[in-house]
Amino acid sequence: MNIFRALTQKPWLPDEDDSIVEIHPDGAVVLHSAKIALRIFLAVVATLFSLFMAAYYVRMEVPDWRPLAEPGLLWVNTGVLFLASVALQWTRQATYGENLTQIKLGLLAGMTLTLAFLGGQLWVWQQLMADGYYAVGNPANAFFYLITALHGVHIAGGLFVWIRTATRVWRGAEAYQIRLSVELCTVYWHFLLLVWLAVFWVLLST
Amino acid sequence: MAYVAIADQGQELHDPQSFITKYIWSQDHKVIAIQYSITAIAVGLVALVLSGMMRLQLGFPNSFSFIDPQSYYQFVTMHGMIMVIYLLTALFLGGFGNYLIPLMCGARDMVFPYMNMMSYWIYLVSVLVLMASFFVPGGPTGAGWTLYPPQAILPGTPGADGGIVLMLVSLALFIVAFTMGGLNYVTTALQARTRGMTLMRLPLTVWGIVMATILGLLAFPALLVSAIMMLLDRTLGTSFFMPAILSMGNQLDYNGGSPVLFQHLFWFFGHPEVYIVALPAFGIVSDLLSVHARKNIFGYRMMVWAIIAIGGLSFVVWAHHMYVSGMHPYFGFFFATTTLIIAVPTAIKVYNWVLTLWKGNIRLNVPMLFAIGFVFTFINGGLTGLFLGNVVVDLPLSDTYFVVAHFHMVMGVSPILVVFGAIYHWYPKMTGRMLNETLGKIHFWVTFLGTYAIYYPMHYLGFLGLPRRYYALGDTSFIPDSVATLNASITVAALIVGVVQILFIYNLIVSLRKGKPSGGNPWQATTLEWQTPQTPPVHGNWGPTLPVVHRWAYDYSVPGAEEDFVPQNVPRDVVASEAD
Repeated sequence: MNIFRALTQKPWLPDEDDSIVEIHPDGAVVLHSAKIALRIFLAVVATLFSLFMAAYYVRMEVPDWRPLAEPGLLWVNTGVLFLASVALQWTRQATYGENLTQIKLGLLAGMTLTLAFLGGQLWVWQQLMADGYYAVGNPANAFFYLITALHGVHIAGGLFVWIRTATRVWRGAEAYQIRLSVELCTVYWHFLLLVWLAVFWVLLST
Repeated sequence: MAYVAIADQGQELHDPQSFITKYIWSQDHKVIAIQYSITAIAVGLVALVLSGMMRLQLGFPNSFSFIDPQSYYQFVTMHGMIMVIYLLTALFLGGFGNYLIPLMCGARDMVFPYMNMMSYWIYLVSVLVLMASFFVPGGPTGAGWTLYPPQAILPGTPGADGGIVLMLVSLALFIVAFTMGGLNYVTTALQARTRGMTLMRLPLTVWGIVMATILGLLAFPALLVSAIMMLLDRTLGTSFFMPAILSMGNQLDYNGGSPVLFQHLFWFFGHPEVYIVALPAFGIVSDLLSVHARKNIFGYRMMVWAIIAIGGLSFVVWAHHMYVSGMHPYFGFFFATTTLIIAVPTAIKVYNWVLTLWKGNIRLNVPMLFAIGFVFTFINGGLTGLFLGNVVVDLPLSDTYFVVAHFHMVMGVSPILVVFGAIYHWYPKMTGRMLNETLGKIHFWVTFLGTYAIYYPMHYLGFLGLPRRYYALGDTSFIPDSVATLNASITVAALIVGVVQILFIYNLIVSLRKGKPSGGNPWQATTLEWQTPQTPPVHGNWGPTLPVVHRWAYDYSVPGAEEDFVPQNVPRDVVASEAD
C-alpha cells in the first residue's frame, strides 16, 4: 500500500461502482495484528533506549565523568546473546516443520542461552562491584548499571513469554499453534540483540 | 480470495458471564472507556478543588489558616500534574479513544481486549499511588508539576520524603498503562477497520486520537527515563541530575549532575504532551462542528494533513519551554522558528472550523455551544502562544501570570470545553438518554464566561510583571494595589466556575434515569457509532454482521437525499433511488 496515495484520496467524491467496498481497507490484514503491535512496541523501546543514550552523552560532558573498566566477560555475554538469537531463529524455522523434538530442543536452547546471558550480566555486576565501581561513585557506573538493568528487564519479559510458549508445547500444542508466539519472540530477541550491540559499542567507545 | 474483515474471522468475543466480568473485570472497550472516564473525572474533581484552594490564598491572602506556603505548593503541583496527565490524557485517550475508535472504525472491540483491561487497572493503581501521597508524612510533592531538580528532591521542598517518590512511581505506572492502551488504539485503527473504511473515510475524531496516541507512545518514554533517573538520584544517591550542592549549610554527596538535562528530557515529553491533549480535542471538535452545522467539514484532507504535520512538528519545539534556563542564541533561534512554523497547520485547522460554520444550518445545542466556545478560546490561547514563542518576548513574560493565562486558555480550558461538548454529544449513545438541555446551557455559559473572567485579567497581571508561583506577594513597589482587587475577583469567578460543575455532575447522574430517551441517532449523525443496532451498543457492537462503509463521514445536506444526512453505511444506489 502506498501511504501517500492513501492520504491523497478524495473521500468526498462518489465511488462510481462502489468498488472500494470489495477491497480490503488499505493497510489492514497485510500483517497479523500482533506483529503490527510488536513493531509499534519496538519503536517505543527504541525511543526509550535512544533517550538513555542521549542522556549518557550529555552527562559525559561534565568533567567528573570517569569511564569504567570493561570486563572481558561482556564479550562472552555478547556472544551468548548472539547464540540465543540464533537458537530462536532456528526454533522459528522448526515450527514450519512437524518435528516436535526439534522444536523442544530449540525452545530449551533459547531459554538456556538467554538465562546464561542474564546470569553473565549479573556476574559482570558483581565483578565491577568487587572492584569498587559503585553506582553512586560515578555517573559512568550509574549509567552502566541502569542501562544493563533495563536491558535485562526487557530480556526477562521476553523470556517469560518464551517459557509460556514452551509450556504450551509440553502440554501438547502443535507446531502451527505456537508459530506466531515463536516468531514474535524471535523478532523481539533480534531487536534486543541490536540494542545490546549498540549499548556495548557506546560503552567501548567512551 | 474474498476479503473477510478481521473482526469477522471468528474472533473470540469473551462474552461476559457475570456482573463482575460485565462491569468490573471487563474486556469490553465500552465498559473500559466508562471506567477510565469515571476515574479520570473523579481525580479531576480533586484537582479542581485544589485549584480553588490556591485561588483562595491568592484572592484573599492569609485569610485561611489551612493554607500555608508548604500546602500551597503542594496544591499547585498536584493540580497541574493531575489535570494534564491523569485527567486530560486519560480521558481523551483512555475514555474517548476506547469508546469511539472501535465504534467509529466498525470493529467489534479493541484488537487486544485483555491488554486493554490491564491498561485500565494499571492506570487505576497509578491514580491510587498518586492519591496515597496525600496521606504519607510530609504530604505530596510540592516541586511544581515540572518536578525540576535539584529542588524537587532536596529537603525543604514539600513532600521531599515520600511525596516525590510516590509521584515518580505513579508516573512510571501511568506510562506502562498508557503504552498498553496506546498499542491497542493504534493497532485497532490500523487493522480492525470494517470493509470500505479507508484511512481517508475515518472521522477526524479517530485521526486526532490515533495521532495523539502515537505522540504519546514516542514521548512518554522521555518522562519514564527522567522519572527513573530522578528516582535513583533520590533513593540511591546517584548524580544524574544533581549537581554539587549545599543544602542548609551542608555539602551533599551529589556531584556534577545536570539539571538542564532533566529539563530537556522533561520537555521532550512535555511539549508533545500539549498536543496529546490538543489533537483529540481538534478531532472531536471537527466532528461536533460538522454534525451540528449540518455541513461537511471544510477541507477534510487538509485537516488530516494538519494533524499529521502538527504531530511531527511537536517533537522539535520542546526547548521553547526553556528559554529562561539559558541556551545558545542559535538554539533559541531554531526553536523559536519551529514554534512559529507549527502555528501554520494549527491556523489552517482554525480557518477550516470557521469555514465549516460559514453558511451552515447551525443548531445551537449544548455540544455545539461548547464546540464554538472551544474555537474562541483556542484562538485566544494560540495567539498568546505566538507571543511567547519568541525568545525576547518570552524572557520577561515567562515567570509571570501571562504564561499562566496562556497555557490555561490553550491547553486547560480549550480541551475541557471539548470534553464537555463531547460528553453532551456522546452521552446519548453511552446511556440511551439525553442530558438535560437547560442545565447544559447554564453549565456552558457559566463555564465559558467564567473562564474568561478568570484568565483575561491574568494577561494584564502578567504585563504588570506579577510573578507566578508565589504564595504571597508581600510589599512590592511595582505592583499597584488594584492587583489585590483583581485577584479577589478572579478567585470569586473561579469559585463560581468550580461550583457550577456540580450542576454538570448532577445532570450526568440524574439523566441516567430521568433523561429523555434519545433513540439511536438523536443528532442525525453519519458516523458509524450512531448506526449500531442497539443503543447503548451491546457487547460486540454490531449484531451478526459488521457494517459496510460506502462513503466518507461527512455527507450532510447532500443534494437529492431524502434527509439532510446520509450515514456512512448507506450504499450509493439507495440514495440514488430515493432521489428519483
